[in-house]
Amino acid sequence: MQERSEQASNQFRAGINLEITTAGEENLWLDQGFTWLVRSFAFGTVILLFWLVWAIFDKAQPAIQKFGLSFLWSQDWNVADLSFGALPFIYGTLVSSAIALLLAIPIGLAVALVTSENFLPPSVRSPLAFLVELIAAIPSVIIGLWGIFVLTSFIQPIQQWLYQYFRWIPLFSTDPSGYGGYGMLAAGVILAIMILPTMAAISREVLLAIPKELRSGSMSLGATRWETIFGVLLPAGRSGILGAALLALGRAVGETMAVTMVIGNSPTISASLLDVGYTIPAVLANEFGEALDDLHIGSLMYLALILFTVTLLVNIIAVLMVRLIGRQGKMPGF
Amino acid sequence: MSTSHPQQRQSLAALYQPLPIRRTMFNVGMSAIAFALTGLALLPLLAILIEILRQGLPHLKWEVFVSLPAPVGVQGEPNGFANAIIGTLMMVGFASLLSIPFGVMTGIFLSELGQGTGIANFVRFITTILTGVPSIIAGVFAYGVIVLTTKEFSAVAGGFALSVLMLPVVALTTEQALRLVPTNQRLASAALGASRLQTTFRVVVSAAIPAITTGILLAVARAAGETAPLIFTALYSEVWPEGLFSPTPALSVLIYKYASSPFVEQNQLAWTASVVLVGLVLCMSVLSRLVTRRRFN
Repeated sequence: MQERSEQASNQFRAGINLEITTAGEENLWLDQGFTWLVRSFAFGTVILLFWLVWAIFDKAQPAIQKFGLSFLWSQDWNVADLSFGALPFIYGTLVSSAIALLLAIPIGLAVALVTSENFLPPSVRSPLAFLVELIAAIPSVIIGLWGIFVLTSFIQPIQQWLYQYFRWIPLFSTDPSGYGGYGMLAAGVILAIMILPTMAAISREVLLAIPKELRSGSMSLGATRWETIFGVLLPAGRSGILGAALLALGRAVGETMAVTMVIGNSPTISASLLDVGYTIPAVLANEFGEALDDLHIGSLMYLALILFTVTLLVNIIAVLMVRLIGRQGKMPGF
Repeated sequence: MSTSHPQQRQSLAALYQPLPIRRTMFNVGMSAIAFALTGLALLPLLAILIEILRQGLPHLKWEVFVSLPAPVGVQGEPNGFANAIIGTLMMVGFASLLSIPFGVMTGIFLSELGQGTGIANFVRFITTILTGVPSIIAGVFAYGVIVLTTKEFSAVAGGFALSVLMLPVVALTTEQALRLVPTNQRLASAALGASRLQTTFRVVVSAAIPAITTGILLAVARAAGETAPLIFTALYSEVWPEGLFSPTPALSVLIYKYASSPFVEQNQLAWTASVVLVGLVLCMSVLSRLVTRRRFN
């Protein structure tokens, strides 16, 4: 409702081309100055993104020149020998994010459906959505603290059980008993918790934006609620929901503290989810403070550049997909 | 009194027949799954909040706000994180000084001066992309631009990193706030002979001030809880902050350092610091959301 009136007023503004510049002499200069001031500040914001990319690219030069693209598939990471390779970190980032998405997509969709359909009275629905979004307001380091002291000891027996009965599956093939619950699985679960609000909030927006006529049309043809959801609503919101999942992926890939605190921080590549791992943000957080050598700093910058490129691409695609569904510029940031 | 056709009678009966058992089961089953998953989604939030209160509240005394972290193993000395609170305030303050002017001005550009133009859409797109920049990348950026240049870990570098994260939030919420001011007010102001500067600041911005403040509060809350951009820009210290150009402690970094410490007292202090940080951050975001809701819904 409010959205609609806002749109109407915007169309109105666009239609009449709001040109409210004054003709008065003494005000003219002030007005022009003000216009340019605002423009330059806005320009500054745009420049910031390009400055970010350029600064990181520039500082990564020592490593880019030394290793080139082979950095991407080299597995060594030895500060003493100054040999650096990104593969274990790329692998850890991808696997932990994949676990997180696998968990967060169904749960996030369920939350979005429960809080957008009329299962519950509206007075329960919005507070419920608000509570789920509240997870995003908790600082990541505190979720990590909880991860260290609560989640790992909760997850350890589950890992033992998986190892005991499913060790023939490569995913559960390593003995987790020495790791105390730390590892890839714990990192994936904690990431899922952290990206859940993004997934739920944006899917909810997307579902709410689907025209009412589609829902009533399907219902009037005799479809049950869930037949309507699977046959009409989810297909209609497909691109928006995919966009939500991509935005969640973007957050998962760049999430640092909570992952660093529970993943075990060991640059190993293992098919097993019960093994420890390392991610790009985690190695940046752990090593930047102590990096002295130019090549070491350069390699860390190179890692940051890879991470940044991936998140930029994922975010750009996600923003475009969410926009396809209509509600421009309305992104619940956190 | 007309006798109905047998076929018609049959289809009337079908109206009262319940759904086939398979379809009913599917419907009920899916609802049950959806509710179970929603319950599962709320579980971590409750678990985290309860654990923070259970572990942190008993040790939340006045001394933690006024004293420095006590050396490990020393008994009976006041133990606290006053230096980290001051450090966080310093850096968030510095970040606000940088990001609020840029953010508000960008918001004004998006909603007022450039509205409807291609340039504004481009600026909005870039700003939206900026909200998705991982916080650690902001830290790497500040490290590259400030720490490597000045050869010093400092509060300035930490604050600069935080401002990169605050800027897009302030800009987008300012734009939202300004858009909600009715167009008629702009037209009325212009019709009375006000210049664009006067219309924008005296009419539009002043009407939107509460909503803009809300956005700024949200950005501040986010920045206060950030750790990743600070670990290798502001670094950390166990002493009072010594100014803007030296390593500076922060509440979030203290939690990180003490969470993985082998000493129980330090773990304990991490939980206590979490109560303070979560209290601060949650209060700010709940408050700002409540204010926005009341104003605009």
